[in-house]
Amino acid sequence: MTRRRFLRDSLWGTCLAGLGAAGGYFWGRSHKQDTVWQIDPYTCVACGNCATYCVLEESAVKCVHNHAVCGYCRICFGFFGPEPHDITEAAENQLCPTGAINRKLIEDPYYEYTLDEKLCNGCGKCVKGCNAFGNGSLFLQVRHDRCKNCNDCSIAAACPSGAFRRVPADKPYILKRADHT
Amino acid sequence: MMRSSHVTIALLFPLMLTGIASAAERFPPPEFETGYELPPVTNITQAVPRGDIYEYLDVAVLAAALALSSYLVLKKRSRRWIYTLMIFSLLYFGFWRKGCVCPIGAIQNVVLSIFDETYAMPITVTLFFVLPLVFTLFFGRTFCAAVCPLGAMQDLVALRPISIPAWLEAGLRLFAYVYLAAAVLFAATGSAFIICRYDPFVSFFRLSGWFNILVLGACILLIGVFVGRPYCRFLCPYGVILRQLSRLSKRRVTITPDECIKCRLCEDSCPFGAIREPTAEWPAGHYVKSKKRLGLLIAILPVLIFVFGWLGSELKGIASRAHSTVRLADRVHLEDAGRVEGTTNASDAFRATGKDVEQLNAEASGIIAQFGTGGWVFGGFVGLVIGLTLISLTVQRKRTDYEADRGSCLACGRCFEYCPRENVRLKRLKETVGGD
Repeated sequence: MTRRRFLRDSLWGTCLAGLGAAGGYFWGRSHKQDTVWQIDPYTCVACGNCATYCVLEESAVKCVHNHAVCGYCRICFGFFGPEPHDITEAAENQLCPTGAINRKLIEDPYYEYTLDEKLCNGCGKCVKGCNAFGNGSLFLQVRHDRCKNCNDCSIAAACPSGAFRRVPADKPYILKRADHT
Repeated sequence: MMRSSHVTIALLFPLMLTGIASAAERFPPPEFETGYELPPVTNITQAVPRGDIYEYLDVAVLAAALALSSYLVLKKRSRRWIYTLMIFSLLYFGFWRKGCVCPIGAIQNVVLSIFDETYAMPITVTLFFVLPLVFTLFFGRTFCAAVCPLGAMQDLVALRPISIPAWLEAGLRLFAYVYLAAAVLFAATGSAFIICRYDPFVSFFRLSGWFNILVLGACILLIGVFVGRPYCRFLCPYGVILRQLSRLSKRRVTITPDECIKCRLCEDSCPFGAIREPTAEWPAGHYVKSKKRLGLLIAILPVLIFVFGWLGSELKGIASRAHSTVRLADRVHLEDAGRVEGTTNASDAFRATGKDVEQLNAEASGIIAQFGTGGWVFGGFVGLVIGLTLISLTVQRKRTDYEADRGSCLACGRCFEYCPRENVRLKRLKETVGGD
C-alpha cells in the first residue's frame, strides 16, 4: 500500500463517515412530512403580486370564500366596484376583473357570493374590498392542485408582508375563522 | 334606498386605499329563515397537495436510477443504455416532476436547516441531497451521467463540442465555486435560494416561467452545442461537491475495460475535456522551476484567502440587500427621513402591523452583521479555491495511460466505444488488437 493510497483511503473513509453523520443529523432534525406553500390570510395585504409573480402562467393562488365568516351583505365591497351604477350583478358594477364572483339572492336582504375558481386570477382586488369594509371572508389561498411546490417560491420572494410561508402538507390551508381574534 | 347605498360606497371607497385594516366581524353572519345551508368548507380544502407517498416514491426512483446508472457505467459499459436512462430521468425528474426538488437546490435547504432552527426540512429533501453524494463516493459521478435532468438537457444538445485548454477550463470552473459559496451565504442568512431562482432549465420543464430565465436557459443550451455541458462544468454548485467526492471514489470510469494500449483513439472522444493523456518526460530544469513556482503559490495562499475574505466582507452592504428585512428597513428609513415619496406595499404592510421601527432596524443590522461574517467565509473560500486551482495547474502527476479525470469525468460513457479493447470485449474485434 502506497502512501498516496493510504491517504486517499483515509480521506474516503472520513468523507463517508462525514456524510453518514450529516445524514443522521439531518434525519433527526427533519420532518417526516413534506411542507407546502400557503398564504397566511391574516398577514396578507392583497397587493396583487400573487397574480403576476407565480411561475405558472395562471397563478396557483386563487381567491376562496369562507361562507361561515361572510355577512351575506347586499352591498358587498368584494363584489361591487367603486361607485357602481347600480346594485345589480351587471358586469359594469363588478369589481372582479374577470367576473369570477357570482351573486345570488338567498332571502331578503341576504346574498350569497360564490367564486368561480376557473375564472379567478388571484389578483386579490375583492380580498382588499372585503377586508376593508366587510368581514374578510374572501381571502387568497394557494391551490394545491395547481401549485408546483417550487423550492424557492417566486411569489414568496415577492410577498411584501411575509404572508407566504411553508406549512405541513397535512394542514395545507389556513382558513379564516369566525371566532378569530 | 338605491341612491343612499350608492353614495355610501362612493364615500367609503377612498378609505380602501389606506390599506387593509384587520377585518373584524362587522356584519354578524345572518340567521337564515329559509333553511339555507352554508356551502361546506371542503369546497376550499378538497384540493390537496401531492401525497407524501409520492414524495417517497421520488426518492425511490432517484435511488433506483442512481443504482442503475452506476451499473450501466461501470459494469454494462453501454452508452446507449446510459442515454436511455438519461432520457428517462429527463422526463421523470424534469418534465414530470417539474424539476423540484432537485439535489442541486437541496444544498440550500440543508444549509438553511443548519442555520435556522425553525426551518423544518422534509426528510425527502435530505435524501435527495445525500443519496447522490453517497453514490458518487462509491461509483463516481454517475448522478451527472444519467440521473440529473439539467445535465440531460445539455447532454442532448452537445453536438459540436470544441476542446478547451486546461487553464481556461480551470478558470471558468471558479464560477461554480463562487456560485456555491454565494448560494450557501444567501441560504444561511435566509435571504434567497439563488440556485433555484436562477435555475436555467426549470422554465423548460414547466413550459412557463420568467422570460429572463428562459433566455438564460436558451443561451446555455446554445453555448452547450459547442461547449459540452457548460452549466455542469462551469456553474453547477452541486457539481463542485460531486467533483471532490468523485476524486476519492472507490470505483471509477475507465476508458478501457482492461488495459490501455495508448492508441490515442479516445483522445478526442470526450466532449467535456475529461480525458487525460499520458505525461511526457519533463525537460531538464523544468522540475526545479515548477518547484519554485509551487513554493511561491503555497506562500501566497494565506494572502489570497485574507484579501478575498476582506473583499467578501466589504460586500456586505450590497449582498445584504438580498434579504427582504434589510430592504424593508432601508425603505422605511428613507420614507421616515422624507427622502423618498410615497410608500411601497412592503412598507405599508409593515406599518399596518404596528411593529416598532427600532426593532426592525436592529433586525436589519443583525442580518448585515451576519453578511459581514459570512462575507469573510465566502471570500476566504473563494481565495482558497483560486489558490488551490493555481497550485493544481502547477502540479503534474505522472500518467502512463489515457485516463478519465476522476473529478471532471461525468461518466457519460461516450469514450467506451472508441477503445479498441472495448470492441474486443464486445467481440466486435479479434483478440489481436493490442494486449496479448
